[in-house]
Amino acid sequence: MTGKIFNYEDKRREGNHRMAQMEDQQDFVVPSGLESEIDELITHYPEKRSASLMVLHALQEKFGYLSKQAIEWTAAKLDLEPVNIFELVTFYPMFRNYKVGTTVIRVCRTLSCALGGSHKLHGHLCSKLGLDPGEKGPQNTPDGKFTIEFAECLAACGTPPVMMCNDDFYDNVSNQEADKIIGKYRK
Amino acid sequence: MPEEYRLILKHADEDGYTPDIDCYMRHGGYETLKKALAIQPVEMDGKQVTPQEQIREEVKKSGLRGRGGAGFSCGLKWSFVDRRSGKPIYLICNADESEPGTFKDRQIIHKDPHQLIEGMIISSFANDVHLAYIYIRGEFPEGARILNKALAEAREKNFLGKNILGSGFDLEIYVHRGAGAYICGEETGLIESLEGKRPYPRIKPPYFPAVLGLYMCPTIVNNVETLCHVKHVMNLGAAEYSKLGTPNNTGTRIVCISGHVKKPGYYEIQVGHATIGQLINDFAGGLHDGRKLKAIIPGGSSAKVFKAGEKFKIRKKDAEGNDVEVEMDLLDIPYDFDTLMAAGSMSGSGAIIVMDDSTDIVEALGNISDFYAHESCGQCTPCREGSLWMSKALNRLNSGGGRQQDADYLLKIADNIPGGRTICAFGEACSWPVQSFVRKFKDEFEAKGAAAEKSREESAPQPVPAK
Ligand SMILES: Cc1cc2nc3c(=O)[nH]c(=O)nc-3n(C[C@H](O)[C@H](O)[C@H](O)COP(=O)(O)O)c2cc1C
Ligand code: SF4
Ligand code: FES
Repeated sequence: MTGKIFNYEDKRREGNHRMAQMEDQQDFVVPSGLESEIDELITHYPEKRSASLMVLHALQEKFGYLSKQAIEWTAAKLDLEPVNIFELVTFYPMFRNYKVGTTVIRVCRTLSCALGGSHKLHGHLCSKLGLDPGEKGPQNTPDGKFTIEFAECLAACGTPPVMMCNDDFYDNVSNQEADKIIGKYRK
Repeated sequence: MPEEYRLILKHADEDGYTPDIDCYMRHGGYETLKKALAIQPVEMDGKQVTPQEQIREEVKKSGLRGRGGAGFSCGLKWSFVDRRSGKPIYLICNADESEPGTFKDRQIIHKDPHQLIEGMIISSFANDVHLAYIYIRGEFPEGARILNKALAEAREKNFLGKNILGSGFDLEIYVHRGAGAYICGEETGLIESLEGKRPYPRIKPPYFPAVLGLYMCPTIVNNVETLCHVKHVMNLGAAEYSKLGTPNNTGTRIVCISGHVKKPGYYEIQVGHATIGQLINDFAGGLHDGRKLKAIIPGGSSAKVFKAGEKFKIRKKDAEGNDVEVEMDLLDIPYDFDTLMAAGSMSGSGAIIVMDDSTDIVEALGNISDFYAHESCGQCTPCREGSLWMSKALNRLNSGGGRQQDADYLLKIADNIPGGRTICAFGEACSWPVQSFVRKFKDEFEAKGAAAEKSREESAPQPVPAK
């Protein structure tokens, strides 16, 4: 049920490594439509800083990840220091400052889903995508199409196993179902 | 057999019921808001009582208790709000729903978002709130879209915005998305997150949200389900509402049942009107054929586990109001706030996780502990290190590297985290499962460790005997 052991030391080292090598996105430009959306979001709050998470969501949705430029842009937009934004990106599990596949698959690993076979589903998906079924952390397929990772309880514990593909939600996922879902996103 | 009593989810699963405002209004939606806005000031004992005070008094009298986890009186929480500071008062709906096992707020948000919005408008009116937020977990992008659409519809009909329905009351509600961190469900962590920071919980005192909350202003944080109940309290009136449920445990509650049952799902009951046994066997269809019950987590993964066959001595009031002690079997415990607490656990977020005899209890605890090790915010040493050590020890046990004494080692760590050593109740949340699993199933933890020791001994190179 528990699979491979979490290795937190490795994670920490990896974190430092990432910090030193923030992803560079030379061609980062926020389209004007998105910028006005973001400007509108900022009006929802009496203090600009409050909009940070919403701005990061908007940027990550557009670019797939949050680059050095995206972080700096957000900080400037909200009159903050880049570190104020960087510390959010490194804390919140949904934000990433590294490139991922076009489709990010997140399989719930928590108890009710584990009892309902989610670790088998994760293993099945990994083998299907040619990845290591024993690995708990994020893995990318070489063609850049998929990233798979575990997520904590997705609040649908009554219909396990549960997974998400980007923003789309799937529950009661059998192995056959999983194959179909992958097929849909492979296109 | 007890029946479901659907108040919050009355329409949610009806054929043809849709989350749009027209459908909601066809089913009597926003009528309660209109009623609430039309309340007139009254004279009582020579004092003028405002409509706002009247609503707050109704909520207090209804006995409504928070559905987010702690079961704290909603009326009492509202009464702590600092109304003299002259600062704005904020309302935040906690839609972070991240306690493992819980999936009730999702149903409300997806199927009946306007009910939540109506509850929030009434609650805001009652507390002089003009700006409110719905903090929804990041993994609910669809929920956020549905809420945003519903809010736009409500704005269009002037249930939100300036001078709502001509009452002179202004209110705006916005959706704020989290980004995958469990600790954002803790109310002060949530507030930090809403301020655009890491969700590090704040220490209480002094940072009680009712006094120093969002932007250091008085703030109310209530769960999705709680805020929906406010609407029903105002619709039925406190007297009628409090007839639902049992004394001190009023109203209805959505119970989420998951794990090893035939019909996992969410069931709305009058609080205390069904026992744990009835919920598992009658509502959730019982265990799979040929399986026996092993353990139940009664209120989300943080709640202390119950072992099948456990008996409890519960203090209760008898018909004459005297304190008596009754012995109760696990399956006969009524699902309410007080009895579960008296039995040493809690109904928490209303999530029952059932495990049958096929479950490896050490692995199950390992799974839970991985969750807490991953989700600790890291501010307090006992919680940050303790949750990690517990998860490491359990992973070691589960991968064949354990020792018999690991059971005691786990208890020692778990006993040293809670009890005022940490900033927030996550400290309790991560140690309760370990304390209860290991104490109640100690033989299984020790057996696993002992087996590993034995196999290491056998495979260790034997010293070459001297000739
Ligand atoms: C670690 C932790 C996680 C929590 N997660 C949630 C949550 O996901 N949803 C929720 O409504 N309350 C959660 N709570 C409880 C909130 O802090 C708060 O008590 C609750 O939202 C108050 O609402 P209520 O009075 O309506 O129950 C959590 C508490 C703690 C300590
Ligand atoms: S108890 Fe744990 S989660 Fe809560 S503030 Fe301390 S470290 Fe963070
Ligand atoms: S445990 Fe998987 S959705 Fe809750």
